[in-house]
Amino acid sequence: MLAALAIFPLVFTNPTVTTIAVFTLLFMASATAWNGFAGYSGYIALGHAAFFGTGAYVLAIVAQRLDVPGGSLMFALVPLAGLGAAVVAVPFGLIALRTRRHTFVVITIAVFFIFQLLAFNLSITQGSSGIQVASPNWAASTYNNPYYYVALGIVVFATVISWGLRRSVLGLQLLAIRDDEDRARGLGVPVGRAKLIAFVISAVPVGMCGAVYAYFLGQIFPQFAFNPLFDLSVALMSLFGGIGTLAGPLVGALLLESLQQYFTIQFSNGDLYLVIYGALFLAVLLWLPRGVLPTLGDLIRRLPKSGATGNSANAAVTTLSGNPEDGDPQAGPLAVAGGGVVGSRREY
Amino acid sequence: MALLEVEGVKKRYGGIQALASCVLSVEQGEIAGLIGPNGSGKTTLFNVVTGYEKVREGSVRLDGKVITNLSPDKIFNRGIGRTFQLTRIFGRLSVIENMLVAVQHERSWWGAAWRRAGSQGERKRATELLDFVGIAGLAGEPAANLSYGQRKLLELAYVLMSDPDVLLLDEPAGGVNPTLLNVIRERIRELNGQGRTFLVVEHNMEFVMGLCHRVTVMDHGSMLVSGRPEEVRSNPKVLDAYLGGVDDEDEETDDQHVLRR
Repeated sequence: MLAALAIFPLVFTNPTVTTIAVFTLLFMASATAWNGFAGYSGYIALGHAAFFGTGAYVLAIVAQRLDVPGGSLMFALVPLAGLGAAVVAVPFGLIALRTRRHTFVVITIAVFFIFQLLAFNLSITQGSSGIQVASPNWAASTYNNPYYYVALGIVVFATVISWGLRRSVLGLQLLAIRDDEDRARGLGVPVGRAKLIAFVISAVPVGMCGAVYAYFLGQIFPQFAFNPLFDLSVALMSLFGGIGTLAGPLVGALLLESLQQYFTIQFSNGDLYLVIYGALFLAVLLWLPRGVLPTLGDLIRRLPKSGATGNSANAAVTTLSGNPEDGDPQAGPLAVAGGGVVGSRREY
Repeated sequence: MALLEVEGVKKRYGGIQALASCVLSVEQGEIAGLIGPNGSGKTTLFNVVTGYEKVREGSVRLDGKVITNLSPDKIFNRGIGRTFQLTRIFGRLSVIENMLVAVQHERSWWGAAWRRAGSQGERKRATELLDFVGIAGLAGEPAANLSYGQRKLLELAYVLMSDPDVLLLDEPAGGVNPTLLNVIRERIRELNGQGRTFLVVEHNMEFVMGLCHRVTVMDHGSMLVSGRPEEVRSNPKVLDAYLGGVDDEDEETDDQHVLRR
């Protein structure tokens, strides 16, 4: 999959296609990072756009102040944007993580809107007039490629984090928190600390994505950098692909974001995708509550062994989607989300 | 000096005095029983000792050190393990992962993110303990697939992972069939033989009287009597607390008033 993604811009040179590809990669990285916190811990955070916007503004403001010329040098600011997102994630997390489930969801949305308001009203962000970012003078035909590869790098970075997290002490702590936070506390898990660290870690790739987004567009405005639809998108992508799995958010973002961009261009109707998103959200929660990949993985496993080709082709899907370890065939992802949103678990 | 000491703990929920100057001590190496009618404050006391409930008055000491109002994770790390009345396991984790959760208290802030969960030694110990309670064959199963009794065993096993000094068991025999009840009883005896201390809340009198070295009776949030099982069994106050007060409400309340003073 990585190889396919690596040669993609060499095969498809149409700028429209590569533009879609850049956005898709940014969402793949963001959804994966989001899932590293929300998917594992069960805390459905709907405020990660705050980190996306922070990353975007860190790049734009620093580039403006230091007079960074358009060019490859600008990408050096991307890690800085990730750091900036991590810094704002600390107070954000300290406030929001005092609550659980429904309250947590509402608080993250509220804090996110505070960020958006700040971007509108602070002098450093230059309010609603936005900030320009110097554009590079690259050749038009391959203009998108540097963005594409940096975004791909962030996807790899986010995936490695998510993978490492799943195997780490922190990952097991988060999964225990997802299933029963109070019981985990009673087994020595420092729940507050674990949640905060994971929250901050998940903010980093999202902030980096925001920075690439700002540079790619060349100018940013508060309502687009801090976009509430971003919050919903990463959550939907993760739910669609398979929340709490490694490959789920990647596949979810790949399908949904590319389709959305395609529809927007095809029907030149920027709002149509909102309707589709809403319908899809309902459909996924109703019929595929665990997401596409885990359901698919189960189907494949249940099929009688039909032949080597089919199996080997599907093996990749199974291993990637598959969480034979942490997946429970009976408990659906409504229950996964349940840790954060719909669950009504007893306190103790 | 007793291993676990509770002194003068008071807890009030609105108009209900759940714990009224509660006093309890558990000696090193004993199996202590805690019984009492429903609502007498046994589980509340457990919650206070394990840090799930905060108190304004009173103190809890483990091995002479005050642990009152510490958070549950800190108390667990100090050496008090606990099971719940309604068993609580991590349903979407496998049985072996459930076992490993109890040893994931990494001290450094960032170490948790780098260190791999479940070292060879931890996994080995987890398997041994699962074998000890007799569910080693289910190690790879999602815990949600376990039966009620198996969950009870898993909960006992994962609490043992961190090698606690005292185990607080909240109704280990509740809703368990007689065969499994014997298994649980034997396991507790065996662990006690290895020097582990127990405090057991239980409604099954036969289980408590047969297992515990000493039994404390609670009623209305305070201690009624404490002594060897046969002493407690024949104590009139205990009979009164369990059976009395049906016909003469007033007399009973008066009685308890006197007792509390």
